[in-house]
Amino acid sequence: MQKILEMRHITKTFPGVKALDDVSLQVAAGEIHALVGENGAGKSTLMKVLSGVHADGSFEGEIHFDGHRTAFSGIGDSESLGIIIIHQELALVPLLSIAENLFLGNERARHGIVDWPETFRQTEALLAKVGLREPPATLVESLGVGKQQLVEIAKALSKDVRLLILDEPTAALSESDSQVLLDLLLELKGQGVTSIIISHKLNEVRRVADTITIIRDGATVSTLDTHRQPVSEELIVRDMVGRDLSQRYPERQRMAGDMLLEVSHWNVWHPEHKTRQIIRDISFHVRAGEVVGIAGLMGAGRTELAMSLFGHSYGQNISGSVSLRGELLDTSTVSAAIGGGLAYVTEDRKELGLILDESIHRNITLANLQGVSSSGVINQAEEARVAESYRKAMNIRTPSVAQRVVNLSGGNQQKVVLSKWLFTTPEVLILDEPTRGIDVGAKFEIYSIINELSAQGKGVIMISSEMPELLGMSDRIYVMNEGGFVGELSASEASQERIMSLIVNDRENG
Amino acid sequence: MSEIPTSSAGSAAGGMSQYLRNHMRDYGLLFALIAIMFFFQVVTDGTLLKPVNITNLFLQNSYIIIMALGMLIVIVGGNIDLSVGSVMGFIGALSAVMIVNLDVPVAATIPICLLAGGLIGAAQGYWIAYWKIPSFIVTLAGMLVFRGLSLWLLEGQSVGPFPKSFQLLSTGFVPDVFGVGRPNVTALAVGALAALAIVYMGLRKRQRNSAYGIVDEPLLVFIARNAVISGALVFVAYKLSTFRGLPNVLVTMGVLTVIYAFVTEHTTVGRRIYALGGNEKAAKLSGIRTERLTFLTFVNMGVLAALAGLIFAARLNTATPKAGFAVELDVIAAVFIGGASMSGGVGMIVGAVVGAFIMGVMNNGMSIMGIGIDYQQVIKGLVLLAAVIFDVYNKQKQR
Ligand SMILES: Nc1ncnc2c1ncn2[C@@H]1O[C@H](COP(=O)(O)OP(=O)(O)OP(=O)(O)O)[C@@H](O)[C@H]1O
Ligand SMILES: [Mg+2]
Repeated sequence: MQKILEMRHITKTFPGVKALDDVSLQVAAGEIHALVGENGAGKSTLMKVLSGVHADGSFEGEIHFDGHRTAFSGIGDSESLGIIIIHQELALVPLLSIAENLFLGNERARHGIVDWPETFRQTEALLAKVGLREPPATLVESLGVGKQQLVEIAKALSKDVRLLILDEPTAALSESDSQVLLDLLLELKGQGVTSIIISHKLNEVRRVADTITIIRDGATVSTLDTHRQPVSEELIVRDMVGRDLSQRYPERQRMAGDMLLEVSHWNVWHPEHKTRQIIRDISFHVRAGEVVGIAGLMGAGRTELAMSLFGHSYGQNISGSVSLRGELLDTSTVSAAIGGGLAYVTEDRKELGLILDESIHRNITLANLQGVSSSGVINQAEEARVAESYRKAMNIRTPSVAQRVVNLSGGNQQKVVLSKWLFTTPEVLILDEPTRGIDVGAKFEIYSIINELSAQGKGVIMISSEMPELLGMSDRIYVMNEGGFVGELSASEASQERIMSLIVNDRENG
Repeated sequence: MSEIPTSSAGSAAGGMSQYLRNHMRDYGLLFALIAIMFFFQVVTDGTLLKPVNITNLFLQNSYIIIMALGMLIVIVGGNIDLSVGSVMGFIGALSAVMIVNLDVPVAATIPICLLAGGLIGAAQGYWIAYWKIPSFIVTLAGMLVFRGLSLWLLEGQSVGPFPKSFQLLSTGFVPDVFGVGRPNVTALAVGALAALAIVYMGLRKRQRNSAYGIVDEPLLVFIARNAVISGALVFVAYKLSTFRGLPNVLVTMGVLTVIYAFVTEHTTVGRRIYALGGNEKAAKLSGIRTERLTFLTFVNMGVLAALAGLIFAARLNTATPKAGFAVELDVIAAVFIGGASMSGGVGMIVGAVVGAFIMGVMNNGMSIMGIGIDYQQVIKGLVLLAAVIFDVYNKQKQR
């Protein structure tokens, strides 16, 4: 088949890190090409090289697109050839409408005056193409992440896309939203659009990809043609991590000890709309050594529950009580909650979890500065030692703990957030989507850490949209819908179907 | 990904240029100060570094530097304070009215004025921290209010002169404890001790960092940097010793600079301020009381602005309604020249002080050369722009 893209011998070095080491990639015209690999393997970097984010001259090697050698000095150059990249972080303007976002910088205008009727007409056509039924004047802010992804793709289509690059498009999407997006990709393929997709969700990769390229430690390991040979997830994983990973979830002694955390009659109202109740009379408990899952669809209120418990960080008019080992716990401020033994690993690590411009060690100690200081003076040697020990224990891949967090890959950033909260030595750890955007190997490591915590008698509350993960890890699962708990299942009785039916029942009756 | 050893002896040359490139901003600032001083030293036929003029440089710029310390903290915390010039003028006026018109003793006036500064900072910080009103707007209002209040307090007149004891705040000198007088041995000793302390602490930090594998500056750069800094300190001390010795304000300024550098770099409070400016939401979810911290940065700024106001009034020996006019711009410029970031979370005390000196030396040098105030403004503006462009350029190149 004809090659649309060839990247030859690409090497890209950052200070102290060789992110890409002689990588070659070939993409055939009209195919869906998946790029997989562990966190920090260099996938995003390779795509940034391709799209001109890292300008020509800042790396070694050649790129041929459509048979011509390219030399992009910026993203504008690659876009003019029809190479469109949708980054790991979405780049829409929240307070503009869908139509305005679609044609941002590319406005339908005559003599500098925007032609609104034309803009709206074209927007409608594009939205129809991606299967999004929303009026073009809708503010992007009011759309969910899944729909925002579709808007991004519509935007790419408005630019006569020839090669569409999606960096972890489904990481933040629910299962059904992911389906919609993948179907769309297949449809676009039918229309002749070539795409490259980066993903850690291997089942999705297997479903849509024609070719899979696996990258490890900045080098290409293998390229698999899914039409020539059956490709199992095990095979991909083996090439990704360099060894067999026989199980996805580490073994664990399940043991539920004494009562640890008890939450009763928890009620929370929306921070702006006084009359909207977000959390409805929730009561639950966690025993020592227990991993408790909270299942639910997007918008069920799981994050809001966690944030309101953690120092009243969400909502107003909060009522109810929290007690730890039978004693009432003050959770009215974050520092009180931390002091009382709670820790909350946020869902959105960049916005809420990390200070991106600061170093790894400064991030790790932030929530427990007392732990490395005496009478307000920080012992920087101790701080470096602590950070170093977490780097080893959590296997954070970086040349030094003085590295700024913004330069780490997504999975390694997540490990920094986890380290930060482990350093507060919590009794109960609340994990909100702890493995979002994380590779299988690192997931296994994070699961092992969770198991270790529970073996130490700590309680873990895990919120996750990935059902298999919840089922694989939890001792007990609470099912949440529209702000309330609608059921509780033990590990043995829980299944994807039971959880879904509890939710659906509640929707029908409520 | 593979790790490249960063501090092996074999790649020392490559490592050094790499290191300098990554830290261009820090060293560039020091170089810029040296280059500017060298330039004016030549074009003013050696007047710039005459003992009298060095003494003057400190007297003239002390209040800017003192306010730059507070401004750096406010800016690192993600805010800005436009009112400091007016507050400084207002406190100067308050002190004059109290001492000259109302005969309040100097020893009582000074603490009352500092307290007043703190209250002014608190009043502004309250709206900024707890009501989330943008600091730009609150302090813009403060700037107008306190400019007006100074006029009202002084009834549009200059009030002075001050008694001798008050003037000592600014124009006094530390007497030579060794009794020699000229050269002033105290000044020499303080200069030498400060240089030694800097080298000693630098060495300790270096040892510690290498023990924990935090990539550190190459040995040669370390030696060169310390040689330049300690050399400059001893040189300045020597020059001062041949005139009247250590000015009191220099001591105040030096002590404050050391304290603030320590607080920002070594204490939990300092660390929290950087976190607050770097990502307020994340800081809050890490248990930092962000509102209170923001509030305190403004209280601190108010106290320092008050101190600057007292020093300024003492130097002029009179309080005028125009005192402190547009000074906030010099202070803010110094902080940005010193490498702080508009978006918060980035910046260092030492940078702000060096930035203030760069502005000070330019002001002083251009005045000696007889360049008109019109050109002076243009040149200062361009230097500020150049410094910030250099910053942005550097950041982009590192990507
Ligand atoms: N601007 C940068 N400066 C320094 N190092 C960087 C920079 N960008 C990336 N790196 C490093 O390059 C390596 C590859 O990172 P990259 O983001 O490409 O990984 P990835 O495969 O996309 O991982 P993930 O699945 O976690 O997103 C990582 O070790 C990362 O720390
Ligand atoms: Mg990536």
